[in-house]
Amino acid sequence: MPYTPELKKLIKVVEKTRPKRVEQKRGGEEFPAMSLKEREDILKYHPDFKEAGRSEIKVGPSRGYRISNEIVSLLHAKSRVDPDQVELTRPDYETDVLVIGGGGAGTAAALMAREKKMKVLIATKLRHGDANTMMAEGGIQAATKSEKDSPYYHYLDVMGGGHFKNDPELVEILVNEAPKVMAWLDKLGSMFSKTEDGRLKTLHGGGTSRKRMHYAGDITGAEIMRTLRDEARNHAQDIKVLEFSPAVELILNDKGACAGAVLYNLETEEYILVKAKATILATGGSGRLHIQEFMTTNHYGATGDGLIMGYRAGIPLKFLHTVQYHPTGAVFPEQAEGLLITEKFRGAGANVVNIDGEQFVYEREPRDVEASAFIRECIERKKGIPTPTGKFGVWLDSPMIDHLKGEGYVRREFPGKWILFHRYGIDITREPMLVYPTLHYQNGGLAINNKGETGIPGLFAGGEVSGGVHGENRLMGNSLLDVTVFGRITGVTAADYVKSKYKDGKPTLEHVRKYHQELIEAGVNVNGRVSPMILPDYSNPDVRKRQLTTQYVGTLR
Amino acid sequence: MSKIPVEVKDKSSKKKTGGPAGTEAMVPIFVMGKRYEVPASLTIQKALEYAGYQLVRGCGCRGGICGACGTVYRFPGSYRIEVGLACQTVVEPDMYITQIPFFPANKAVYDIEKLEPTGSTVAALYPEIFKCVGCGTCTRSCPMDIDVMEYISRAIRGDVAGAAELSFDCVMCGLCSARCPAEEAQYNIGILCRRLYGRHIAPRAKHVNKVVDLIEKGKFQKGLEKLKRMKMAELKKIYNEREIEPDMAEEYWEPEDKTFIIVE
Repeated sequence: MPYTPELKKLIKVVEKTRPKRVEQKRGGEEFPAMSLKEREDILKYHPDFKEAGRSEIKVGPSRGYRISNEIVSLLHAKSRVDPDQVELTRPDYETDVLVIGGGGAGTAAALMAREKKMKVLIATKLRHGDANTMMAEGGIQAATKSEKDSPYYHYLDVMGGGHFKNDPELVEILVNEAPKVMAWLDKLGSMFSKTEDGRLKTLHGGGTSRKRMHYAGDITGAEIMRTLRDEARNHAQDIKVLEFSPAVELILNDKGACAGAVLYNLETEEYILVKAKATILATGGSGRLHIQEFMTTNHYGATGDGLIMGYRAGIPLKFLHTVQYHPTGAVFPEQAEGLLITEKFRGAGANVVNIDGEQFVYEREPRDVEASAFIRECIERKKGIPTPTGKFGVWLDSPMIDHLKGEGYVRREFPGKWILFHRYGIDITREPMLVYPTLHYQNGGLAINNKGETGIPGLFAGGEVSGGVHGENRLMGNSLLDVTVFGRITGVTAADYVKSKYKDGKPTLEHVRKYHQELIEAGVNVNGRVSPMILPDYSNPDVRKRQLTTQYVGTLR
Repeated sequence: MSKIPVEVKDKSSKKKTGGPAGTEAMVPIFVMGKRYEVPASLTIQKALEYAGYQLVRGCGCRGGICGACGTVYRFPGSYRIEVGLACQTVVEPDMYITQIPFFPANKAVYDIEKLEPTGSTVAALYPEIFKCVGCGTCTRSCPMDIDVMEYISRAIRGDVAGAAELSFDCVMCGLCSARCPAEEAQYNIGILCRRLYGRHIAPRAKHVNKVVDLIEKGKFQKGLEKLKRMKMAELKKIYNEREIEPDMAEEYWEPEDKTFIIVE
């Protein structure tokens, strides 16, 4: 629906301050960026710093680590499968490489493993390509313009964004592989936005020192995902895809190596065994856990399954104490709530302003800093804009962009958002958008090294499920990069492992038994909880009360 | 009918919200012919969940880009079949709704490297493209408002670039294909054209290959090694003082410090 009369009145205030702000921007005059000290101070408004939002993990390799309650509650749960009920010796599928997850990382891994002559099986929860990769809008970072940028500056930006906590080895790989990934995607025929001479267009993102955000309109992730998926489908003989078949547990063998996984067919509700010489976890993130009850930009299946399975198998967790809230999630209209408004709007010059039409933060701070400033403006300073549903937001002044870059720029560069808001009766070239931080990204995850290896032989992980490369805060444009860089690397590493190190062994779920035992010993009250979650529970609780004969295991029937 | 949402909580935006508040206007919808009363402000997707469905098929990104939730609907007394993505379309009273979460469509297999970006390539891979009768049902069936028929005619005429550009917003939901009397798989033809364009027609991004070459020769490695070994305080200092390319800078802006870049 269009803006209410009350909101339209408040938009007038934004219009009033706009000409001056446009003038300042043209003259290179920016709202002052925060110093490292100021950044540190404002982060106390960030949800990560809310102690009540976290609790301690009582079992497993990272016991004692304090992370989000929502994830801990899934770690403090039993497996969906009873180890004594599963007959492990008769697998339904056998493959060289099992890839768990059919998003950007999984598909990139599958393509690279296939190049190395592997037979690949992708097991995915929903359809192939239903993933956060598909939803990433703004772009992908890479230092492709050597006359003004280099991996050196990319490295600096990544480290600064992550509060210098990042794993340097992982960051080095990320920035060095970035241009290679761009060359790969260009060669696969992804339609990146280019100038007439073939030069890729680039913009700034929050925390970048050089314009190195490459993009394909405002659907960069979708363009990458559909290209990779199409390429995988061109190799259907070697890359088989099992849709609606999420993995629910990893299988190890008596030599301590990973031997495949137990899948669950969401439609027939049967369990399926896959025996694999190497297994890649590419299950993505966990926004659908609604950490601290935040709305989320994530896709339906983002329930952190890989974290749970990997952790039970013995992989430590890193950087999961931080969660990324994207500063600009839509809070109006209600139907679009939580929806991602790409950072590219700010990269293109849109200011962020409060109810008085005044700037209160530089629009391109790193995401955690930017989000914290929004929260402070709304909660402490009471300068947020109230929505009809009783929430608060701040204005993202998109109409500025056409003033700065010429009439038609927003329509051309943000076609997806333009049409979406147009359907609600809002013209984002004339009216600003109302935004508030929304749960966006799992900064941390399973520990890996720079080859995508976990501590368990035959088990690899890449993309959002892993942790370390982004430290405590990921910069815009580094997630599409992470999934492609580390997706590709795990594919290659897994293939090399199959060729030179793989040894067959006796399959076992002993690690699950042990984990269950540890839960008991730690005195954790499991209370009927099972994990991984697989799908969030959005069906009507009143209806569930009337389902007198239905039994649920976790969120699933 | 008022569509102003007030009390009903958005269940997908929060975990466990408890029951519906029931203070908002309710509307009847018909899910595959069966009547349910749902709050007027919900999208079709949330309305299905409100009605009691736990979605497995027909639900993906919940943000209008993955194409999992293609939906057709019709109003009583109207001959028109309407379409939308369930996650983006707000319910209206008396809608008869069905989702089409999957439709079997022909997908050609090819090696993109070896193809020529021409109409004959498209025709060889998808010969059925000539069966198009120009009825325009595909265009009317597109929830993304893409002129599907036009990009198909461009492809038939050999204008691969035009087909690529016009199909760019395609979410590959398959509704065009589901309704096509000529049994085309428009969205697969669309991605073929986009990849042909991206690979063979669009000018190559030569600067990328140049950088890849420089990286492989290790030209930036010294700088990186230095950063990796640096004491934290010094790293922070360098970070703080790093030169920022101005927002409004021209494409070929030059930084003052050229130590860690390569100018030819």
